Amino acid sequence: MLGYTLSRLGRAAVTLIIVVSLAFVILRLTGDPGQIMLGPDAPPSAYAAFRRNWGLDQPIWVQYLKYFAAIFEGDLGRSMRDGRPALEVVMERAPITLAITGPAFLMNLMIGLPAGIIAALHRNTALDRAIMTVSVLGFTVPSFVMGLTLALIFAVQLRWLPSGGSDTWAHAVLPIATMGLIGAAVIARFTRSAMLEVMGQPYIRTASAKGLPWREVVVTHALPNAAIPTLTIIGFMVGSLVAGAVVVESIFSWPGVGRLLVTAVANRDLAVVQVILLAIGFTMVAANLAVDLAYGWIDPRLRLKPTPTGA
Amino acid sequence: MTDATSPARRDPEDADRARTGSVFTTKSRAAAFFERFPPAVLLALAWVAMTLVVVAIAPLITPYDFKVMDLRARLMPPVFAGGDWAHPLGTDELGRDVLSRLLISVRVSLVIAFLSTLIAATLGVALGFLAAWARGRTEQVILMLIDAQAAMPFMILALAVLAFLGNSLALFTLLLGFYGWERIARIARGLAIAASEQGYATAVRDLGASPWRIYGRHILPNIASTLIVSMTLNFPEVILLESGLSFLGLGVQPPLTSLGSMVGYGRDYIQSAAWIMLAPAAAIVATTLSISIIGDWLRDLLDPTLR
Amino acid sequence: MSALLEVRDLARHFAVARPGGLWGRRATLRAVDGVSFDIEAGRTLGLVGESGCGKSTTARLVLGLTPATAGDIRFDGVPVTARHDGDWRRARARMQMVYQDPLGALDRRQAVAEQIGEPLAIHRPLTPRAERAERVAALMDAVGLRRDQAARYPHELSGGQRQRVVIARALALDPQLLVCDEPVSALDVSIQAQVLNLLDDLRARTGFAALFISHDLKVVRQMADRVAVMYLGRIVEEGAPDEVFHAPLHPYTQALVAAIPTLGRRRVRTTLRGDPPSPVDRPPGCPFHTRCPVAIARCASETPALRHDAGRAVACHLAAATPFAEIV
Repeated sequence: MLGYTLSRLGRAAVTLIIVVSLAFVILRLTGDPGQIMLGPDAPPSAYAAFRRNWGLDQPIWVQYLKYFAAIFEGDLGRSMRDGRPALEVVMERAPITLAITGPAFLMNLMIGLPAGIIAALHRNTALDRAIMTVSVLGFTVPSFVMGLTLALIFAVQLRWLPSGGSDTWAHAVLPIATMGLIGAAVIARFTRSAMLEVMGQPYIRTASAKGLPWREVVVTHALPNAAIPTLTIIGFMVGSLVAGAVVVESIFSWPGVGRLLVTAVANRDLAVVQVILLAIGFTMVAANLAVDLAYGWIDPRLRLKPTPTGA
Repeated sequence: MTDATSPARRDPEDADRARTGSVFTTKSRAAAFFERFPPAVLLALAWVAMTLVVVAIAPLITPYDFKVMDLRARLMPPVFAGGDWAHPLGTDELGRDVLSRLLISVRVSLVIAFLSTLIAATLGVALGFLAAWARGRTEQVILMLIDAQAAMPFMILALAVLAFLGNSLALFTLLLGFYGWERIARIARGLAIAASEQGYATAVRDLGASPWRIYGRHILPNIASTLIVSMTLNFPEVILLESGLSFLGLGVQPPLTSLGSMVGYGRDYIQSAAWIMLAPAAAIVATTLSISIIGDWLRDLLDPTLR
Repeated sequence: MSALLEVRDLARHFAVARPGGLWGRRATLRAVDGVSFDIEAGRTLGLVGESGCGKSTTARLVLGLTPATAGDIRFDGVPVTARHDGDWRRARARMQMVYQDPLGALDRRQAVAEQIGEPLAIHRPLTPRAERAERVAALMDAVGLRRDQAARYPHELSGGQRQRVVIARALALDPQLLVCDEPVSALDVSIQAQVLNLLDDLRARTGFAALFISHDLKVVRQMADRVAVMYLGRIVEEGAPDEVFHAPLHPYTQALVAAIPTLGRRRVRTTLRGDPPSPVDRPPGCPFHTRCPVAIARCASETPALRHDAGRAVACHLAAATPFAEIV
């Protein structure tokens, strides 16, 4: 287990380094980082300080290392709109995004997992086919189409819910529903195939043949084994929720990090874009690491030391 | 007395078997055909064929030039909602014909998606093969790149690149070409390693073949079917990604139009003229759905072991 | 005059980890441990031994398919390396291998004629198409395949036919050395005889030298001019086939020969005790002494060297005590 944990930590660290390097490369490709980070109106002394801090007169590998240092210190430039530190601007929006991505994630699990399990248990019946047909929408309907369609139905035609803004909890319903439904469909499909694969294993038949009631076979044997591959898809869902938030927040004018990213890109507020890229990178690496470690904890094959074989 | 719901009545094949004792059934040719090509697949193939025709000849069949504005005919509804056949799918806020714009958008979106998928496949196969052939450190580096790409949601990466490097059409297509390469690389590497363990690759190497020949003339043809299936799975996802970015205004720029940007423009008129948004949205869903159905079917046909 | 293939003190060691994960002890697997032999042009050396004795590894080392840990291999005076560069690839035109599993050695997706012609495409790419097709047809005739089988795919042919395809492909460029690694082990017994006869005919006609590897003594006896017996990575006996089989000197060879089923008179069976030790846990002294029915104390401490005398060689303390000529 220790070896596994260490190797996963190592992988996470390497991925982080690659993400930061990518940000560094993109940043350097676009021209003067000083202009980008500080904006055109900063005083010359600020530029000079920036050049010193980031080592812009020095060889590229020094700049690379100084970039890492700058990240750790949180000194990542200022938003062009209001001159505030970019990190601050992003961080204050983070909880607003979490306010919809969190419940959406829960919705994904609470709808998707049972749907997939039920579909698997009632394979090839009308129920299974119905669930699968509906869940195909998760793959083929883009989040903006889903969002706009829901808005069209519930906000425009039925007028039950508001279509934009973030004043009341009612405003959160449509964004959460959009991301929740799409993610639930994906999880349902995946859970179903994971369950089917487990159910096809000989040991399930053996358990049932031993006389165990079917319910117990499913709960004790099938579910825990199907949980393992399902974990990986959950890690993937975090990423797609983040990506979905970008579009959904734009549709519903929800003032979270996603919407901030879109406006920052449109306005070329590059300091903010950079911070968001790094922040999401770190978040994703942390999420994947958590999934990997959970994986290692749940799967006894990884947890227990391999026993020596033979003489 | 046989019950009406007894098995012999329900399944004509069993009835045949019970009657004649033979295992040959009298399944009609139609039934056999539909078993081989399920109706959903047929519909999907039909839609895809239609879109391919549109891609090929879109500029020739548009009733109007998609850029032409006619401010006297703004926001006219489609023909089934009160409009007339002059504009079968209505007009948008600048009086441009929605049908014409739809046809051109389909072409733009699909061409971009096709080129991007091709780039992703080329990149993925090249790096996957390189990792399989070189092993050792090069392989580790490539695996780390694959992991890193898989960790980040591509939308975020794309937005960052678009912010920093601008969004010319060429750059945009190239950027989308980086979507999905890591999955193809993983598959290509796995298949190449399995193939080289299979002996025929070693044997050809022992004949004195260069690595290009080994990979190009022997390994690649043997794994081509699996790769093509992966590409058909990648294709609809690129369409969705491109539409999403264009919807946000960051992808295909005017005067060009794509399905996503049409939805983006139509969004402001969701209350008054919903058809501007619905036509391209329906096209997106229908196209990605069809390609997914065909991809699933191909996968079941060619390689049931691939999930 | 030096031989076509000269092998001196060839060794191939693998570092392996013992069971126990990260804390297992490291050990060395001596797959080939100091093997030396010569093959003259046009002659065949048979290499026999049980599974795991290192015969296949020797074959791969000789051709430079695997890098050697130690030792010297010379083909026509030129050292053989395992670096798969341009030189190595060009050298392939002069030495080829026939594999144990013909189906695995062929590409499922190509017609057999195309695969037979592939060496020509690689090494003589400028040959006109018609000439190449002629050569392929000639090769197919030589190995006994019908012309109409040219467009067949490997899985459409029988095992014996596939092996003929592999042989034809190996001979496409008239190599001077052919290494056959258990070429008939995967075939039915009746087909084995056909393929062996074919190899014999081809050798008579084209005159290639051959390293013929098998665990089956009868097969080697038919094909080889000289026989070497391997045990745990070392050669323990060498000589002309008839001499080695009628008057084996090494106890291991004696046991092997005695195990051959024969019609008629009963031979005294020398059963070996115990299981073959793993090449990782090599016993000290003579590697065979743990199973040897006539081992003495010296065998456990001192490794016998391969002693050459009068065209025969043996690595055994007891056999070395008397001059060979007297035994024969």
